[in-house]
Amino acid sequence: MVQYIVKRLLGLLPTLLIVGLLVFLFVHLLPGDPARLAAGPDANPETVELVRKDLGLDRPLPAQFVRFVNGVLHWDFGRSLRTKRPVSEEIGERFMPTFWLTVWSMAWSVVFGMVIGVLSAVWRNRWPDRLGMTLAVSGISFPAFALGMVLMQVFSVQLGWLPTVGNDTWRHYLLPSLTLGAAVAAIMARFTRSSFVDILGEDYIRTARAKGLDEPHVVVKHGMRNALIPVVTMMGLQFGFLLGGSIVVEKVFNWPGLGRLLVDAVDMRDYPVIQALVLLFSLEFILINLIVDVLYGIINPVIRYR
Amino acid sequence: MTAAADTAALPAVDANAVRTPWSEFWRKFAKQKVALAAGVFVVLLIVVALAAPWIVPYDAENFFDYDKLNAPPSWQHWFGVDALGRDIFSRILMGTRISLAAGFVSVAVGALVGTVLGLLAGYYEGWWDRIVMRICDVLFAFPGILLAIGIVAILGGGMANVVVAVAVFSIPTFARLVRGNTLALKHLTFVEAARSIGASDWTIITRHIFPGTISAVVVYFSLRIGTSIITAASLSFLGLGAQPPTPEWGAMLDAARSDMITAPHEAIFPALAIFLTVLAFNLLGDGLRDALDPKIERR
Repeated sequence: MVQYIVKRLLGLLPTLLIVGLLVFLFVHLLPGDPARLAAGPDANPETVELVRKDLGLDRPLPAQFVRFVNGVLHWDFGRSLRTKRPVSEEIGERFMPTFWLTVWSMAWSVVFGMVIGVLSAVWRNRWPDRLGMTLAVSGISFPAFALGMVLMQVFSVQLGWLPTVGNDTWRHYLLPSLTLGAAVAAIMARFTRSSFVDILGEDYIRTARAKGLDEPHVVVKHGMRNALIPVVTMMGLQFGFLLGGSIVVEKVFNWPGLGRLLVDAVDMRDYPVIQALVLLFSLEFILINLIVDVLYGIINPVIRYR
Repeated sequence: MTAAADTAALPAVDANAVRTPWSEFWRKFAKQKVALAAGVFVVLLIVVALAAPWIVPYDAENFFDYDKLNAPPSWQHWFGVDALGRDIFSRILMGTRISLAAGFVSVAVGALVGTVLGLLAGYYEGWWDRIVMRICDVLFAFPGILLAIGIVAILGGGMANVVVAVAVFSIPTFARLVRGNTLALKHLTFVEAARSIGASDWTIITRHIFPGTISAVVVYFSLRIGTSIITAASLSFLGLGAQPPTPEWGAMLDAARSDMITAPHEAIFPALAIFLTVLAFNLLGDGLRDALDPKIERR
């Protein structure tokens, strides 16, 4: 198992390096001179040169890249152009709200998605299936920001049951996490259903039924375990979707998280923040996929020995 | 619309006709009433998008009814009036043009580039395949909308750049899909036969392998358009895409946020427009998949 994890980690190195290189080059792809951007619009040429030296932008690209990687490894992303504070501090404050938001959303979507998916597969082509799949295709088609606005309007403004903005209590988490989780729940439901439909047609399921096992046993014990393998993979892929979706949902609910930080940074062309966030989001995504791969190896031993 | 209905009725009239892949597809597709309805709706949307400038009751950007700011729907303004006095119905119609164009163009570019890369990668394998797949891995390492935001950050805001951004992140999906199909197809007997009579790589790829990948590409195309429309609208909602006064649905929703309590209709209609459009493309895509995928027989 350890060997498998190490192998997977080594396999990630080239991807990590290319992602790092792209994020590094990002600054140089921006239109205009990064030193001038950093110095501000009113700076005179001397100040711009000073800033250029200070940021190391006068050195050759490979040297700059080494400096960049070194900085990242020491958790140093430079300073925000807008607030002049270290980017790592800015991110540190915003990380947990986004993290919990995505974790809650994932929890919702796994629970709702799997329940709807399994029920739809068991009552295939009957009303629970039709209802579940109608919900699912609607969930995929409804944009998260619109759903968030509707939920907030109904539950916070009209009914007054839940708070509108802020992240102080669990009640604050309810609407944003449901909003963010809805689309993923819909995707999970469709995926679980098709995975389950395949499994329920297998010979060993017929055997289980033939030996007189009751239906709940067949579905849960024999069906569930095998149907879960592709579902777990799907979960990992969808996590990236959640990370991206959180950017939009955070704007709707005025959430003090990384997504809003990113949008503000793009608006203000605060490139050190953009750089750090793009890198962080990607690392998180890559890491989650690694965890999924490992989980996959645990569920399905055949994968490990390939 | 009549054309669709006529063709749908064909199999019933001429049941013993020779079964071509096309008629076979129609036979399966026409059975799915929901997908058929979605297809009709998509055609309708395309007509609206094309005709929008001539059928809008008011100018979507430059007509201001100052006496009716935030007015709810009425006979004069079917979908109401927004905070600046513009007719929402006209803006929604013009928005159809923007969203459909963004969806179609971005996915078409993504599908074209992705299909070519996938065909070449799957057919030649070797170092070329490894490079293409590595690039796909890297593109996949960025959550979709994040990649788009990064590209918009470099190119600047605006709808044209959003289309580029969405196209870029559609590429890897198509490349992987087509590569997988190509790998499976190229070992089949008919490809071997073509090679043995001396057909060139070009002929084999374009005439024998490419047709086999079309159905998968078509299905993904339809499903991707839905996703792309949502992504483009999301970017506009974030203020990174279409800029005011452009009547883009996501941007309209963003503008409606401040008046949600007093004038919810300003948010409801753009939200419905996005939902129904994306739903139609998703249902159409599902229908196409069921009709084109030989593995899925009705169960």
